[in-house]
Amino acid sequence: MKLLTTSAPHVRTEDSTRKIMVDVLVALVPAVIAATYFFGSSAFILVIIGMVSAELIELFIMRVLKKDKEFVSNGSAAVTGLLLALNVSVATPWWVLLIGVVFAIAIVKHTFGGLGQNIFNPALTARVFLLVSFPNAMTTWYNPINKFFGTYPTDIQTSATPLAVLKLEGFSKAAQDFAPVDLFFGNMGGCIGETSTILLLLGFAYLVVRGRIKVTIPTAYLGTVLAFSWIFYSVNPERFGSPLFHLLTGGLMLGALFMATDMVTTPMTIRGQALFGVGCGILTMIIRYFGGYPEGVSLSILLMNAFVPLIDRYTQPKIFGRRNA
Amino acid sequence: MSSRWKEVTKGIISENPTYVQVLGMCPTLATTTSAENGLGMGLAATAVLIMSNVVISAIRKTVPEKVRIPIFITVIATLVTIVDLLMHAYIYALWKTLGLFIPLITVNCIIMGRAEAYASKNGIVDSLLDGLGMGLGFTLSLTLLGSIRELLGNGTIFGIKVWGKAFNMFVMILPPGAFLTLGLLAALFATISIKKNEKAKKKANQQQAQKAGEQ
Repeated sequence: MKLLTTSAPHVRTEDSTRKIMVDVLVALVPAVIAATYFFGSSAFILVIIGMVSAELIELFIMRVLKKDKEFVSNGSAAVTGLLLALNVSVATPWWVLLIGVVFAIAIVKHTFGGLGQNIFNPALTARVFLLVSFPNAMTTWYNPINKFFGTYPTDIQTSATPLAVLKLEGFSKAAQDFAPVDLFFGNMGGCIGETSTILLLLGFAYLVVRGRIKVTIPTAYLGTVLAFSWIFYSVNPERFGSPLFHLLTGGLMLGALFMATDMVTTPMTIRGQALFGVGCGILTMIIRYFGGYPEGVSLSILLMNAFVPLIDRYTQPKIFGRRNA
Repeated sequence: MSSRWKEVTKGIISENPTYVQVLGMCPTLATTTSAENGLGMGLAATAVLIMSNVVISAIRKTVPEKVRIPIFITVIATLVTIVDLLMHAYIYALWKTLGLFIPLITVNCIIMGRAEAYASKNGIVDSLLDGLGMGLGFTLSLTLLGSIRELLGNGTIFGIKVWGKAFNMFVMILPPGAFLTLGLLAALFATISIKKNEKAKKKANQQQAQKAGEQ
């Protein structure tokens, strides 16, 4: 047997980045199924394009630009590509998604040094980049077609997302148009992977059972959204909308369960993670209520990403035995 | 002569005011929404920089040490006013787009920095060449930055169409586009200088090895 000659702590584990990433991909399968069911084959094609192009771009950067001859994919790029694809509207052209993937992998991830070094969540940053660059393609929404691998007719009507209806026409109209059951299962317009709350929760449960993600951030995030919207709901229900409505609509579930829990761009301590979740929740609701966009999940998570170093410093655990560290 | 020539060329790559010295960020970020604006801003700043370097170098022996900054500012402000009025008279459209950023050349750190670090210590001809080199470096940087942003954001360079409207990334015209492009170009310049240093080191090592071999 070979003797270890490194200094403590020694952690023995079978885990590897690749195993974690494969688990995340598995956890996102339900969301992909939902996307394929609600938005048809074009959504499925977007998902495939996102994953494959992200892997190819990472391979190119590592092998050719960074001259790492032994680089083998660990799947993290595929996760980024998949998350970005789930975060666009089905009306998005494939080349817009491709620009987003290049931006996510090459600029957001690899200019900072690759996996584990990036400050901002690559998929979310790319989404915001696309949202600002191609506002038309990114905010054209279609109603679900409810057929696996279905295709849209050419004269498809655009529709509004629940949050846009809430912002423009008030809560009574939004509650009338969208039944809570539909919202829970995901039968509404929106980004292709964000609509189905139940399937996202299912995938997240898998990650928790496998021990890949702690529930601190999602709990803090969703709890803050509930509390915050409950307060505002009791002040002016027509303008602000019910807590349940806010919980089930928009990208909140996808964001809180899969984006805000990214290991690289979130705080390390439990206390820090709780703080991060609360911050995300408050910012999301402020943007939803008072911002120019109807939805604020991606922007709020990115804003909180910027605060992670500060939170980490503030919540640094005290060294055992020291009075005032 | 070669050292004089170096005074001019150092401003373009090795001591590039924008990407290496990171000076004058305000006009760099704000005015480079198109190649034309970048070029206009760069040339205006260059004109002021050359004149201010010459004037400050000429008066450097009479200026008391303690009040040199106010005096430099007065000189620069006078020159900026001249350039501002000239641009207003002859290139009105550009003057209008650049707007406030022309008077703001007065407090541009490149001009102040060159006055303080170079012109107040060197002769008139050297200062003129230094101003020319730094100005050219600044102009080229701004034009490059403006061209990239205009190309990605609007599909044109100097108003000449390169590709269709559909591929335009609007964000590149907005402030985030300026920061992104600036950061990537600064990284490019840093890479160039690192590569250069490595090469020089290798050469020196080889020469040493050769010398050792001969001995």
